[in-house]
Amino acid sequence: MTGRVLLSLALLALAGPAWAEMPGTCQVAEQLIERDFALPHVTRAIAAKQLDILVVGAGSSLLPGPAGIKNAYPARLQAALAELLPGVTVNVTTDVMARRTAAQMVKSLRPALATNKPALMIWQTGTVDAMQSIDNDQFKAALDHGINLAHSAGADVVLINAQYSPRTESMIALGAYAEIMRWVALQQEVPVFDRFSIMKLWGDLGTFDLYSATKKLDIAEHVHDCIGRLLASLVIESAKPDMPHAESGRQQ
Amino acid sequence: MAPVSTERDLRLDLFRGIALWLIFLDHIPSNAVSWITIRNYGFSDATEIFVFISGYTAAFVYGRAMREHGFIVASARVLKRAWQIYVAHVFLFAIYLAEIAYVAHSFSNPLFTEEMGVLDFLQNPDVTILQALLLKFKPVNMDVLPLYIVLLLWFPPMLWLLLRSPSFALVGSAGIYALTWWFDWSIPAYPNGVWVFNPFAWQLLFVFGAWCALGGAQRLSRWANSRVVIGLAAAYLLFAFCIAMTWYFPRLAVFVPHFVAEAIYPIDKTNLDVLRIVHFLSLAVITVWFVPRSWPALQSRIFWPAIVCGQHSLEIFCLGVFLAFAGHFVFTEVSNRLLTHVIVSVVGIAIMVGVAAMVSWYKRVERQGPGPRPPSIKPGYAGGDA
Repeated sequence: MTGRVLLSLALLALAGPAWAEMPGTCQVAEQLIERDFALPHVTRAIAAKQLDILVVGAGSSLLPGPAGIKNAYPARLQAALAELLPGVTVNVTTDVMARRTAAQMVKSLRPALATNKPALMIWQTGTVDAMQSIDNDQFKAALDHGINLAHSAGADVVLINAQYSPRTESMIALGAYAEIMRWVALQQEVPVFDRFSIMKLWGDLGTFDLYSATKKLDIAEHVHDCIGRLLASLVIESAKPDMPHAESGRQQ
Repeated sequence: MAPVSTERDLRLDLFRGIALWLIFLDHIPSNAVSWITIRNYGFSDATEIFVFISGYTAAFVYGRAMREHGFIVASARVLKRAWQIYVAHVFLFAIYLAEIAYVAHSFSNPLFTEEMGVLDFLQNPDVTILQALLLKFKPVNMDVLPLYIVLLLWFPPMLWLLLRSPSFALVGSAGIYALTWWFDWSIPAYPNGVWVFNPFAWQLLFVFGAWCALGGAQRLSRWANSRVVIGLAAAYLLFAFCIAMTWYFPRLAVFVPHFVAEAIYPIDKTNLDVLRIVHFLSLAVITVWFVPRSWPALQSRIFWPAIVCGQHSLEIFCLGVFLAFAGHFVFTEVSNRLLTHVIVSVVGIAIMVGVAAMVSWYKRVERQGPGPRPPSIKPGYAGGDA
């Protein structure tokens, strides 16, 4: 773990382009963003100036409170993308409900994809499956099924893995589920937004105090804002849009 | 077949002791010090070492009992051991309940509302505690002892067979392993899923350990010492190391050819993937090459702390699980700085060594004094631990 932090810092020192407007707090995790797989539908959608995204998720895609929807990462992603893609209409819709396993989310996927016709489905899953220790093969089958549904509906897919939650770490065995997700993503050539490692890095570096027993929302809102921005960074760097002004946000 | 040596191989205690330390370090979530443990550098981890050596020592201790006192007496001793482990497991579960109840009561960060749902089982303790007693509900990191219990329950007939026809027993064990993969045999868990360590698969390593103890190691030694095997083992360890690096630095994953990834993933810990077995065997071959049985340093003070822990593995294993809970508690309640991780890890291991020394002393005193046990049982011999 420490090795990873040190390497991260080393890479950070070497980091070339960085988002000028991204707060330093988020930026520290920039190099954990994957850029290995293309998002062809997103590339085309950006070229056509209309990017529709569907976020499918469970409780960790939500924030409580009256401003919860506005401050949770799906809305922050929309704001970040709109900023980075001037001239492109970015529209993020959500199908988010707490306590859903991957298989439960797949059930509502077909209508959600048909209604929204997104170019990209961002799928946050794995936490509830780990908490309920869903059978590994069933979890893998649900992931494959969901990704195939999205692909056949003409959408690219980005997976988001579980949060790093230090207090409950000794109670939820995320390991196997994270590995299955990584493996399915590799097979299906789909990027994973490694939320766990990113938040872990923030925790290790003291960027955010994730141990805090606070009932207040400020840290949670910051974390979601950063996740939204980093997701936007993953989407754009994977889609590599052919737009000169898409690069305009990347000045040092 | 008679065992080749009646003298205990100190390497077993040494490496079981080290495995216990590594399990402790790995069980503290997010422990920075755990990057030194072997699971980060290859496919297998300390669990394989622990299960293999436990099989080895079980055959060593109970094999002699079975030859000297017969099947019934030896079986009774094995079952008594299984009972002790069950009691230890339930004790650890009680500590786990205390920890989780505290967290449920004191923590409510809105960022982690979803994750806190894991504490919901506190709302129906009737079901949960019953399922825990039935070994179906097992909290995180409390899967090794139930595996050990099942392996011991099944050990008397296996040992009987091992003493009569070791090769047949080993082939039978491998057959069960193969059938497990073929038919997806498993033990159901509560509320969902299956046992984290599938006993039908992991028994292979336990029986292999037992087989080695009953003369198999001697038979293998010519193979294990050949240059070809050592070279292959080293090459495999290097391969596993390279693959492991791609887990930590995902950018390196692009260098793994697709067909290699297709072939190796997912590496199944539950069913003891063949890749893990081969990795463990490679480690064993290299280790035996570097550390011969007669290595004088084994008698030195440097290795005494690990050896004494390995000689009292049940006590020290349970203590390690408890200390891991306590260590995580220190991280959450006191400090999560790197220095704290180092201190918690070092102090934890020091406590394990201290307690092992105390247990060792007590067993020696008990053996010398007028006790109810006949000396022929030699309870403290080989630590008495299987």
